[in-house]
Amino acid sequence: MSLKTPLADAARSAAAKTTPAPPPQPVRRSLVKRIGAERFAAVLAPLGLLVLWEIATKAGLLNVQFFPAPTTIAKEFARLIGSGQLLDTTMVSMGRLSIGFIIGAVPAVIVGIIMGLSRWVRTIAEPLIAATYPIPKTAIFPLLLIIFGLGESSKVAVVAIGVFFPVVVNTAAGVMGINQIHHDVGKNFKASRLQVFRTIAVPAATPLIIAGMKLGVGMALMLIVVAEMLGGTSGLGFMIWNSWSTFRVETMYVALILISVLGVAMTLLLTEVERLLTPWNRKNS
Amino acid sequence: MQRPATTPLSDTAQATGITVTNLTKTFNTDSGLVTAVDNVSLHVPEGSFFTIVGPSGCGKTTILRMLAGLETPTSGTINVSTGSDKPVTNSMVFQGDSLFPWMNVWDNAAYGLKMRNAAKATIREQVGHYLNKTGLTKFAKAYPHQLSGGMRQRVSIARAFANDPDVFYMDEPFSALDEQNKTILQEELLRTWEESRKTVVFITHSVDEAVILGDEVMIMTARPGRVKKVIEVPFERPRSVLELRRQPEYGEIVYDIWASLKDEVVGAAL
Repeated sequence: MSLKTPLADAARSAAAKTTPAPPPQPVRRSLVKRIGAERFAAVLAPLGLLVLWEIATKAGLLNVQFFPAPTTIAKEFARLIGSGQLLDTTMVSMGRLSIGFIIGAVPAVIVGIIMGLSRWVRTIAEPLIAATYPIPKTAIFPLLLIIFGLGESSKVAVVAIGVFFPVVVNTAAGVMGINQIHHDVGKNFKASRLQVFRTIAVPAATPLIIAGMKLGVGMALMLIVVAEMLGGTSGLGFMIWNSWSTFRVETMYVALILISVLGVAMTLLLTEVERLLTPWNRKNS
Repeated sequence: MQRPATTPLSDTAQATGITVTNLTKTFNTDSGLVTAVDNVSLHVPEGSFFTIVGPSGCGKTTILRMLAGLETPTSGTINVSTGSDKPVTNSMVFQGDSLFPWMNVWDNAAYGLKMRNAAKATIREQVGHYLNKTGLTKFAKAYPHQLSGGMRQRVSIARAFANDPDVFYMDEPFSALDEQNKTILQEELLRTWEESRKTVVFITHSVDEAVILGDEVMIMTARPGRVKKVIEVPFERPRSVLELRRQPEYGEIVYDIWASLKDEVVGAAL
């Protein structure tokens, strides 16, 4: 008996955690009214739009050549997943994007921190970055094609360049924003340059480094799609381009939806990484 | 820098402690050269608690920063000697929030030792001792933003003591605290300091605090900061903050310092 009760209690509390008991009727009504209404609207609005879209196509109000019915897109989605084609295509693009992201972001963090710490490096690097930052990275893709050819490296390179800029600028800003008193503490306790880098610059700049990476992910996604359209035979960008030339609009929509999902997923991943890396940040606790 | 790393052993005339001679600091500002510290000379005997009071903006923080090596003097010399030929180490307790927000209490307190690559056992022992001494053992894993202002200042005191330096420089460490917390932390500081009796230079704008803590109180003039007077505080150690305040002599010393400061404060306010 003595064992049974705590176990039952634990089970009950665990159950309570996963599925909270429905509140009494009056409370529930006010909840739906106050908070629930907004949530319902947030979920219902896009769902309602999809339903309207579906009805409009069935009624012949929308041209299905440009706007295929949501159910048609869903069927195409299922077909592409079933054939394994969608997973392959996504993996190809994500592979290029990940390698490009790492090649761009790692040096950006190192250069950004050094820029933030050293006035001299900043004086030299700042005008270079200011001059090259505004160039649309898509504009240099043809040059990259000449240098690296049509293979993987030109696509990885354009992603790396696109990621480098927002990360380097944000990292430098993060390090320059370090409170002078923290530098004084480092100096007073005789921290070496490497120790200042490791114990002060990197942790202090982490929130802004991650903010830069979030911008970089958006940039990377855009660039990989463009690069695959212009010089690819695989990947999501190629899938979109290819479905244009064969006029498979529903496939195009599948790729668009997938890109949107990937973008959101990567941003959420970075937010989670930030939460794990900066438990000290007020907004994370 | 004019500061010699160590005192030559042959220099027998040199007393141990901190000897500052004709120290001057001028800053280049938009409105021209500003003399923050003007020809200051002082001597702090080794093992004594030396407090400096003065009106705000009198350059007392600048003096401390020069002593700690965070600023270079425009002219004059600073000599810190412990009698041994090892380089003299110092730890500063800063005014305001100087803890690293990204480190928990333990790592903040261990910072100085870690930068010196001290042995793990030494770190554990020293940090554990001073966190215990400052009542922070329970909060070792907490981050600074989870602590009150008084607790954060305790951590920075623990950080300075755990580093076990030859000299402490304290820059108005209690100025942001309320009266009750201030009294408690002064008491704690006295208890902690009495264990080791290392040389302390402590800056404050509170006459009361200067007298409670100090063996000697140096009064500074308004800008440019000069030495106005050095007053000895004859109370015995160990001291109790409350008992001290009861003594008639205490009131007299505080009065003397106030009388001497009054012209300066009024001058600075004009």
